[in-house]
Amino acid sequence: MGTHSHHHDYNFNERYEFAGKAKLYSIIAVVLGVAAVAFGLLSGDHVTVERTYANLLLMGYYFTCVCAAGAFFVALQYVTQSAWSAGLVRIPQAMAGVLPIASLILLVIVGLGLTTHNLYHHWHADGLLDPNHANYDPIIEGKSAYLNVPFFLTRQIVFMGIYSIFAVVLAKLSYKEDLEGGLTSYKKSFKLSAIFLVIFGFTTPIWSFDTIMSLEAHWFSTMFGWYNFAAMWVSGLCAITVIVVVLKKAGYMNWVNENHLHDLGKLMFGFSIFWTYVWFAQFMLIWYSNIPEETVYFYKRWEPEYKPWFWLSIIINFVAPLLLLVDRDAKRKQNVMLFVAILLLAGHWLDYYIMVMPGTVAEHRGFGIIEIGTALGFLGLFIFLVMSKLSKQALVPKNHPFLDESLHHQI
Amino acid sequence: MSNTKYILGSFADPDDMMHGIDKLQANNISIYDCFTPMPIHGIEAKLGVKPSRLPIAAFCFGALGTTLGFSLLYYTMVYDWPMNIGGKPSFAMPNFVPVTFEVTILLCALGMVATFFFRNHLFPGRAPRVMDLRATDDRFILAVDAKENADHALIDSLLKEAGAVEVKYNDRKYVSYE
Repeated sequence: MGTHSHHHDYNFNERYEFAGKAKLYSIIAVVLGVAAVAFGLLSGDHVTVERTYANLLLMGYYFTCVCAAGAFFVALQYVTQSAWSAGLVRIPQAMAGVLPIASLILLVIVGLGLTTHNLYHHWHADGLLDPNHANYDPIIEGKSAYLNVPFFLTRQIVFMGIYSIFAVVLAKLSYKEDLEGGLTSYKKSFKLSAIFLVIFGFTTPIWSFDTIMSLEAHWFSTMFGWYNFAAMWVSGLCAITVIVVVLKKAGYMNWVNENHLHDLGKLMFGFSIFWTYVWFAQFMLIWYSNIPEETVYFYKRWEPEYKPWFWLSIIINFVAPLLLLVDRDAKRKQNVMLFVAILLLAGHWLDYYIMVMPGTVAEHRGFGIIEIGTALGFLGLFIFLVMSKLSKQALVPKNHPFLDESLHHQI
Repeated sequence: MSNTKYILGSFADPDDMMHGIDKLQANNISIYDCFTPMPIHGIEAKLGVKPSRLPIAAFCFGALGTTLGFSLLYYTMVYDWPMNIGGKPSFAMPNFVPVTFEVTILLCALGMVATFFFRNHLFPGRAPRVMDLRATDDRFILAVDAKENADHALIDSLLKEAGAVEVKYNDRKYVSYE
């Protein structure tokens, strides 16, 4: 009979040490970001201030989305009772742990942008609802029962508050499992995850309608929510992949091997196709029906100012992963995965750029100190917060019921 | 010269069978095949089974589907019976994407299934060919070609050493149909 037990020599108490260059550079990036934002906000030029707000919204939303994708990843693994991810789940957990801070930053940006009229001025300006005012807008008036400041801010706070609570509680339960063992934490996480996924699924479209789609308040698309979800999920998976590969290159997490990377690659590949699918579904319906109030969105993005970037976004986010990740061996190679993940992260920055800019700064868009600085600042902040969070716990949930299965994962 | 065609080692535990593979390979005895009631991690690499070429078939069928879907649309919408739909040109590319995409997926999926069935000799009415009936139930079977490997006593002892509960000497390859 079976006498061969499985032996391994992994150190499950291994911790990531966040220090040295990684820490220093992330702090420098944050300082540069703050400097770029200060430069933009204090420039005194109205257009530059608005452009800075647009960039802050872009990166604040991106940052929150990636952290929310971490929470979504964790919840999804529990609900599907996935085993493969048990060895690397601490990374999305760390991302989920940063969600409250990311949400708070986005709330401040949205709140300040709204009150200073730098963002959302299409539906929040003087006289929009007054029939006798020069600014009167009957379309906005029709939407005002939903699109008004108190309700808008309430939704923002409630949605991000709920995501943050679930994200933190799910991470805490896993840390508790490390200390106490047993199945109590897992069973509790399973139930909470199921509830979270239902709430998340129904509210993220509304959240993206509010945060991004309402920048151009006359326009609407019911596909917009799924399109944003796809972008969020792909970029979240890319962030997880980058951290996994970087940690592996630094000598950590030797229990994560090419099989786990392969699964991440399949998800990245599949959901890049899904992103294209929803992107195209939105585009084709609007193109086909050809109604002016709908086509205005793509009309703006078809102007010479945006057209090259519009196409570049499709090439980076669809053609590149399609060609680079379709091969089985490519998904199993660290360097290919690292390259594609970084490319897709840049691609989805461009994706968000094309969502945000035409509705805010339009022809005053640019790519310079403010764009690079803001992106760099948030990148530094993400690295600093997520890696600090990651360093506080062991790199593996050692009492996870499926950990042994994850170690022997093979595809 | 015996009439034995295949020697089958029957194991009750997959780990024992993996152990058996190691032992046979260490003695340069080639393994014809192994049959297990469930997938076993790492067995392909151990036996040196080449990666499946099914993805290549999938790509070819997908490419065929793209071509056929696009041709169908081009023939009907542009060549044979052009229609004015919403004032758009007959040859309007975004129109073509959904149908081309769907036909690609359809042919890719059906083609893969057909290729799999063809390669595994599976089709209606075909008698299943099984070397050991319990391989679909609770036994893990290692099959060794008795003609290629002459030292039957060594094979027998190696299999039993590894933990085989039974070693069979079969005069015919398949036992599933009589």
